[in-house]
Amino acid sequence: MDALLSKLLLYLQYPFVIHALIVGLLIALCSSLFGVTLVLKRFSFIGDGLAHVAFGAMAAASVLGFANRTAFILPVTILCAVWLLRGGQSARVKGDAAIAMISVGALAFGYLLLHLFTPSANISADVCGTLFGSASILTLTEEEVWLCAVLSLLMLLVFILFYHKIFYVTFDEDFARAVGTNARLYNLLIALVIAVIIVLSMNLVGSLLISAFVIFPALSAMRLFATFRTVTIGAAVVSVLGALLGLLLAIVAGTPVGATIVAIDALAFFLCTLAGRLRDGATG
Amino acid sequence: MPQILCRDLAAGYPGHPVFSGLNFSVNAGDYLCIVGENGAGKTTLMKTLLGLRKPLAGRVEFGDGLTPREIGYLSQQTPVQRDFPASVREVVLSGFQGRMGLRPFYNRAEKEQARENMARLGIEDLAGHCYRDLSGGQQQRVLLARALGAARKLLLLDEPVAGLDPLVTADMYRILRELHQSGMTIVMITHDVSEALPFANRVLHIGKRLFSGSQTEYRSWRAALAAPAGKAG
Repeated sequence: MDALLSKLLLYLQYPFVIHALIVGLLIALCSSLFGVTLVLKRFSFIGDGLAHVAFGAMAAASVLGFANRTAFILPVTILCAVWLLRGGQSARVKGDAAIAMISVGALAFGYLLLHLFTPSANISADVCGTLFGSASILTLTEEEVWLCAVLSLLMLLVFILFYHKIFYVTFDEDFARAVGTNARLYNLLIALVIAVIIVLSMNLVGSLLISAFVIFPALSAMRLFATFRTVTIGAAVVSVLGALLGLLLAIVAGTPVGATIVAIDALAFFLCTLAGRLRDGATG
Repeated sequence: MPQILCRDLAAGYPGHPVFSGLNFSVNAGDYLCIVGENGAGKTTLMKTLLGLRKPLAGRVEFGDGLTPREIGYLSQQTPVQRDFPASVREVVLSGFQGRMGLRPFYNRAEKEQARENMARLGIEDLAGHCYRDLSGGQQQRVLLARALGAARKLLLLDEPVAGLDPLVTADMYRILRELHQSGMTIVMITHDVSEALPFANRVLHIGKRLFSGSQTEYRSWRAALAAPAGKAG
């Protein structure tokens, strides 16, 4: 135990570890807050779809040789998010089918591009890293840390300022539109924020695991709490604790960061479900 | 100028209007019941009035100084709401959002009015409870309290008593009559002709035949329709 602790303290002296922790916790916080809305809007899989889009965009960016890949990935992902979330009921391709289509399409397209055009001999490691997050969170440059931090704080601010409106349009979009609210605009805003969070989370957990990262905290909190406010706060706490524990564990044990965090989030979900059952059993 | 004026209105799906050529108006202080068979397009009509659907033909005009932000709406419940984590207070307060613009938080006056609306509907002690754990009648009252936050002049209700037991139903009608007496215009879709109609001063029937008029006119219209078939109206 002492050995573990001293190892951890040693690692915590490295700036890249501190950076990873800061970015990881901020992203965990943002993704859980908006995750609640996604789950309630029945859009749990949108994170997955957008992450695959981001993967495709990343592949295109590396093949085209862009220096700043985020500057290309972000707008592409935002466009897809807007298209997916605004389609709604009137869209010709229905919600879940549209997400599945975009999701696998972008994945295949991205892998094909990388396979055909990447000079690197070690494609599978590159691809694996993007899909599962590998250790990239530990190799962030200072600019990336700043970008992540600023964007996360911005998303956090958006969430706080629009908290009541997000509840309002999520709970009953028809009512909102009936009494003269431009619900489309808020859906657009939610789509935009989700896309930003997905692109940020890619560094942390990788494309394949993002939806787990986004929805597990929300689902865990919903097992225990029954109002929007408590579910939101609960999801944030579960997510931040899960990310902290996952990051520290991954650093000490040398396991992949993304998979470790998601495994802990999944464990938290089962614990919350169990606690919820026990409580309901006791009162009911 | 009436509060709502419908001219030659048709609604439904393109090529398949559920009704067409509908003309009627809603005046300030009216208590209008919309009746008709299942599938006649009552909910479609209400959604068209609210601007949630585009009319296939004709137009809906607001007059008498009415704007969408002064209208309250009590819809049929959606599946999403049945397992949504929300407290009664959160739901009731959200009724004010329509007129808040971009202001992010509720002010003291809105919180106070939400409390009054809850008290008026007898759900004040449920404020902290979870919406999804309430009975059907309580949920309906919560949604009505939310609608009151939005309704300054006009309240539209889509089958407010569907699935409620007789006692709760009577209570709901009493609340609506009180609201009407305090000056609110009420437009209500109902199945419950015998119970709901006595409160209404005007009736709109939609279906194969359209009718709009006072309650006595409606009764004689029904009788005239039934007479040739040999049934008593």
